[in-house]
Amino acid sequence: MNYNWNWKIFFEPNPMGTGTYLDMLLSGLWLTIKTALLAWIIALIFGSIVGVMRTLPSKAAYWFGFCWVEFFRNMPLLVQLFLWFFVLPELLPKAAGLWLKQLPNAPFWTAAIGVGLFMSARVAVQLQAGIGSLPRGQKMAATALGLTTVQGYRYVLLPMAFRIILPPLTSEFLNTIKNTAVAITIGLIELTGQARSMQEFSFQVFEAFTAATILYLLVNAVVVTAMRFLERWVAIPGYITGR
Amino acid sequence: MIEISHVNKWYSPTFQVLTDCTTSVTKGEVVVVCGPSGSGKSTLIKCVNALEPFQSGEITVDGTKVHDPKTNLPKLRSRVGMVFQHFELFPHLKIIDNLCLAQEKVLGRQHDKAQTKGMQLLERVGLKEQAQKFPAQLSGGQQQRVAIARALAMDPIVMLFDEPTSALDPEMVSEVLDVMVDLAREGMTMMVVTHEMGFARKVANRVIFMDRGEIVEDAPKDDFFGKPRSDRAQKFLSKILSH
Repeated sequence: MNYNWNWKIFFEPNPMGTGTYLDMLLSGLWLTIKTALLAWIIALIFGSIVGVMRTLPSKAAYWFGFCWVEFFRNMPLLVQLFLWFFVLPELLPKAAGLWLKQLPNAPFWTAAIGVGLFMSARVAVQLQAGIGSLPRGQKMAATALGLTTVQGYRYVLLPMAFRIILPPLTSEFLNTIKNTAVAITIGLIELTGQARSMQEFSFQVFEAFTAATILYLLVNAVVVTAMRFLERWVAIPGYITGR
Repeated sequence: MIEISHVNKWYSPTFQVLTDCTTSVTKGEVVVVCGPSGSGKSTLIKCVNALEPFQSGEITVDGTKVHDPKTNLPKLRSRVGMVFQHFELFPHLKIIDNLCLAQEKVLGRQHDKAQTKGMQLLERVGLKEQAQKFPAQLSGGQQQRVAIARALAMDPIVMLFDEPTSALDPEMVSEVLDVMVDLAREGMTMMVVTHEMGFARKVANRVIFMDRGEIVEDAPKDDFFGKPRSDRAQKFLSKILSH
């Protein structure tokens, strides 16, 4: 292989005049983090609501939850992003579609919401399983004390269910971060996007993607460590799965 | 206090769990419900505070109609204490917080008043020192005493016990029964599903014997233990009293 390794490339100025190549990658990393965080918040909020709905006695709530989950998890993420970015503006009334297309940072919002909704289906299924794993008597005990359904979920079922599903939720958080890379296809220049531009400008493909790989690993290592701390922080003394 | 009249319940069109159950519990009375497993005793007692729905018949608790869809069920339940076979303490809350939760969220008591009340009741069941521990750090007998204290914290007008000692190691049964005997002697209205015939002999006013969803016998204690009128009750008694 005839390849000129050049690890100093990161400290050379990039052709866009925004500093060095490293600055370019770091700005991509920052965009990845922002997109992933917003997507994760969306996933947690909608996933929690839908997950709870799937455990309610109401048939309508269950079916809404069922449709939500099957819609968002049975379509490839890439197709979903294309739908939101290219198809949705055409389906809307002209004014609304135009407004969407001209939205500043449209790729960012589309990616965050698209990945967020995609991941919400997964969070919903995890939460449903978490609630389902609690003894049936817990809900009965809450009800028997006079707590309403909302109070029962808020004070009794959800605090335990979320503790139980913290380890799988960690994986879902990591998936959210990694899935933001798909947004390169709708023009979001996040970490993967910046690594590719660096390769195109400098022809140092291995250096660029080595750096991107290391940055992804670092971010995910931080998330894993933080979640471990969280798990330990909310662990319940004497409770087996809490340890 | 509790009026149960002609209650029928089906799990499916072909599976009837309660057949024309009629009985009552007057104020200050202790009624023990016994019978072979699957006879519907637990189901009947859960109908009293509407934890289980029933299709026909009427149940009235202190003048409030349980079967009426307009009844404020959380309010009714907050006045009916219930103790479960598997304790159903909330594992993520300290013992004292288990006692305070419904006092504050349902009755709207101030936190320090709820705490004081909780500590009084913990002292009464002999567990004041455990207030800051978590449920998983207590033995089964201790957990069940906490569960009784939690129900009492709501100042119930009647207490329902659903096989409160069935999940306990034999050595822990008496500590729970002692608390229940004290309660009965203080004049608490109680409906108790149990196989503890010693408890029934000691404090029950009446004994109800159920078999296959029907109330086969409903007699004052002395009559029941003297000579049950039905063959089925006689057979049941001879089996559980022979050891």
